[in-house]
Amino acid sequence: MNHADLTQYLDYLLIAMLLAVGFAIVRLRNLFAVVMLTGVYSLLCAAWFVSLDAVDVAFTEAAVGAGISTVLMLGAMLLTARESEPAGVGRHWAAFVVVAAAGAALFFAIPDMPVYGDPESPANAYVGRDYLEQVPHDISIPNVVTAVLSSYRGFDTLGEVVVVFSAALGVMLLLGFGTGARRREEEED
Amino acid sequence: MSPHLILQVVAKLLIPLIVVFGFYVQFHGEYGPGGGFQAGVIIAVAVILYALIFGIDAARRTVPPVVVRFGAALGVLIFAGVGVATLFMNGAGEPLNYLDYDALHPDQGHHTGQHYGIILIEIGVLTTVASVMLAIFYAFAGRVPDIPDEEW
Repeated sequence: MNHADLTQYLDYLLIAMLLAVGFAIVRLRNLFAVVMLTGVYSLLCAAWFVSLDAVDVAFTEAAVGAGISTVLMLGAMLLTARESEPAGVGRHWAAFVVVAAAGAALFFAIPDMPVYGDPESPANAYVGRDYLEQVPHDISIPNVVTAVLSSYRGFDTLGEVVVVFSAALGVMLLLGFGTGARRREEEED
Repeated sequence: MSPHLILQVVAKLLIPLIVVFGFYVQFHGEYGPGGGFQAGVIIAVAVILYALIFGIDAARRTVPPVVVRFGAALGVLIFAGVGVATLFMNGAGEPLNYLDYDALHPDQGHHTGQHYGIILIEIGVLTTVASVMLAIFYAFAGRVPDIPDEEW
């Protein structure tokens, strides 16, 4: 039995847990539990990414998805009710047809996907292989992901930082800096 | 005596470790997983944990919103500034390229310029991401009163 045979059962287990958590999030009415379960969902995703050898992505998912997002969702939940209204019992057939069609299209596309880890897959074959071969000569740092993000695609990363900055700018413009709102409330009291 | 004494003691133990781990992720990003983005989030989480346990006002005194505002812009400036610096540091006759880190150091054999450039821009990413995460948290948390005791 080789290495891949064992880890694939771990993948199945993680995906099954993701499905279970997803259904629980849809079914639950207690928003605090829902926020916590979204954090659990992110953490399970991170564990799955580690199992797929995407350590950098897993790290980001764990830090942003399970960490910051959960805290921000908790902060948003404090502004609203603790329980959600029960959903209507009516069946939305149009929505069901759209979801079923999209799901069928996804399953139809599965045979066209490259095998996991296939070195000839488009993601690995062209520029990805070039990066793996060139990093020791061009930059000589061990982490190829950092090399691609910071050096080869430095301009893209600059754009991402500007996007993050604009996100904060938007939140600040909409919600204020977090000091003004409370001071006004105190004055009104 | 605070009703959250155990939480406060545990958080006081954890927060320095979280910050040290954040800096480890930052400066080890060339060798292992991680980098400025993840490190920024981790360091922001340390302050957010402090705000959750000790109250948002204590966190605001420690890391004032003014610092956060300047930090968000400063990080972008560091990143873009490294790019501008590389435009001016290239030798005569060499092509002028934005964010071409090789221009930062003459030692091409060991790619020292690349290492300098990556460390510098990662510091910019760290500054912006940590500040932005805190700014968003302050903006949300500033709108609600501190969590009442019965909800813990």
